[in-house]
Amino acid sequence: MSVAAAFFYLFAFVLVASAFMVISSRNPVQSVLFLILAFVNAAGLFILIGAEFLALILVVVYVGAVAVLFLFVVMMLDVDFVELRQGFLQYLPVGVVVGLIFLAELVLVVGAWVTGPGVSSAVKSSPGGIATESNVRAIAQVLYTDYIYFFQAAGFVLLVAMIGAIVLTLRHKVNVRRQNITAQVTRSSTIEVVKVRPGQGL
Amino acid sequence: MKLDQAARAIFLTELVSGFFLAMRYFFKPKATLNYPFEKGPLSPRFRGEHALRRYPNGEERCIACKLCEAICPAQAITIEAGPRRNDGTRRTTRYDIDMVKCIYCGFCQEACPVDAIVEGPNFEFATETREELYYDKEKLLANGDRWEREIARSIALDAPYR
Amino acid sequence: MNWQDTLIQVLIILGQSLALLVALLIFIAFILLADRKIWAAVQLRRGPNVVGPFGLLQSFADLLKFVLKEPTIPSGANKAIFLLAPLVTCVLALAAWAVVPIAPGWVIADLNVGVLYIFAISSLGVYGIIMGGWASNSKYPFLAALRSAAQMVSYEVSIGFVIITVLMCAGSLNLSEIVEAQNGRFGFLGWYWLPLLPMFVIFFVSALAETNRPPFDLVEAESELVAGFMTEYGSTPYLLFMLGEYVAIMTMCAMGTILFLGGWLSPIPFAPFTWVPGLVWFVLKLCFMFFLFAMAKAMVPRYRYDQLMRLGWKVFLPISLVAVVVVAGVLHFTGTAPQ
Repeated sequence: MSVAAAFFYLFAFVLVASAFMVISSRNPVQSVLFLILAFVNAAGLFILIGAEFLALILVVVYVGAVAVLFLFVVMMLDVDFVELRQGFLQYLPVGVVVGLIFLAELVLVVGAWVTGPGVSSAVKSSPGGIATESNVRAIAQVLYTDYIYFFQAAGFVLLVAMIGAIVLTLRHKVNVRRQNITAQVTRSSTIEVVKVRPGQGL
Repeated sequence: MKLDQAARAIFLTELVSGFFLAMRYFFKPKATLNYPFEKGPLSPRFRGEHALRRYPNGEERCIACKLCEAICPAQAITIEAGPRRNDGTRRTTRYDIDMVKCIYCGFCQEACPVDAIVEGPNFEFATETREELYYDKEKLLANGDRWEREIARSIALDAPYR
Repeated sequence: MNWQDTLIQVLIILGQSLALLVALLIFIAFILLADRKIWAAVQLRRGPNVVGPFGLLQSFADLLKFVLKEPTIPSGANKAIFLLAPLVTCVLALAAWAVVPIAPGWVIADLNVGVLYIFAISSLGVYGIIMGGWASNSKYPFLAALRSAAQMVSYEVSIGFVIITVLMCAGSLNLSEIVEAQNGRFGFLGWYWLPLLPMFVIFFVSALAETNRPPFDLVEAESELVAGFMTEYGSTPYLLFMLGEYVAIMTMCAMGTILFLGGWLSPIPFAPFTWVPGLVWFVLKLCFMFFLFAMAKAMVPRYRYDQLMRLGWKVFLPISLVAVVVVAGVLHFTGTAPQ
């Protein structure tokens, strides 16, 4: 067994275990922390298949920014577990039905999975290992040529979402005096430096 | 004026001049003393650790008048007097100062008619336990013996102003 | 590759890591002392001067003190996360040094995406603080954790854009290649700090904010939050937090050195100066960067929290965004873009 395989099993096992802990952990903060562990291990798997750029982007974006916000929200929640468990039996049938439907769909999807004709050759020709040709260039080559419109469209979707969030939350209250730092710093008439000679005063 | 301010803001002149000011201070002589090796000057009136003095012939000065005990605002002093001796004076059998209670106001040395209890120039008497700070007569007399020269000098220097 | 070769390779990497780690930790022990000394000197104080000559052994005395103290865990704390937090901080901070080239070829892992790796690792540093603050189950640490999370996420954005401008000039994400790209005829005038001076300033200030150094140390603002997220910590866990903080600061100094100050290159590119080993230049530049960090601590008062957020989002982010466009445009139209 090579080192790469050993690391693959390590990352894969921790990934699956922590993903399981995300849904089974009682404490929501611990759930998010396990989610982060899952992300990091997924990044490790990416590195093993030679996609180090994707791995690090995953860490920067998901772990470094998105998960921080998750954690932020979850830490502020005041979850009462007793209250949560009260209606458990009542909702159990519905939950079981939804779960079964979802399971059936998953089975259908996995059962109908067809590997594309070019994939196996593409996988073999992909840059393996970290030290070979940079895959930043490889990604950019397709992202900014063939998929430029999709890339821009995705950017616009995010922009719209961002503006929407700002519009929804931005309120200018009438009676609040806001600090205008530029005006405050550039004012000149209020301050005067006077050299006072000893014993004479102003 | 506006342009001037904008230029200053862009080139961070205030930050840069602040940096050079800080650098000037960086090389200035230090204001602090290298304490355990250097010490600051002490006034002759400095009120430090207590001491019980003796006369040059070895006789204790304290006559157990208990004025210091009476005036002590922190009630840190406890005195027990012995029986009157043949020459008509008394001496203490117990003279305790609770240095934990003491506030170093100097009233005891002001009240003393014979300059027996004084606050010497020593301020380095930190201990590891509280018990060591409950001074008894023996400790106070030992202090007096050890610091007599400095104490006598301080009293002499301060005498013209009393 | 058979297993003996693998084993030997693993052992070599372990040895290199260990050597770097020991050197780094000893360096940081003295950097910590230098920090206190510089701070003291600006305030006309002497700083630690009792342990060893000029107080040189102060950091080691502190280490002993922290290690020999009894660790306490608050009864209401989440024990596992409480103890994990300082470890996370320290390990992540040290992990970033795996890709830092300290001299030509002297790097443990010469990643193609070295810049991104450091960026990713330093963005993970916030977890140590959040976990520590939350697990302490106490209000000041919790407030500090919220503050730090917002602060570090904000300033990462502008650091990211600053890094992008440098990457565009250098044409590589490999740290060694970025250093080599700055090697020119003009010596230190050709390094990126001069052509990208505004970016260097933004990088420096953002690095201060990213590592929670004064004047952006709102995470541990003692006048408001006692000791911030470290309030409930003591002994070795506290030591690990402090160590992680200083290692992160050194990482940021190394980043600044590599991206803007030409890494191991000699400032004057001819004979007597180029004989000096690259490591010496790198360490000297590192010390220079840290001196700036320490002076910033000594001379600038602490920001208010809303001012901090304003600076990050309303000043640095627009400037660095515009700078990315401008630098890209200049490189494109003058034809000086790499490759």
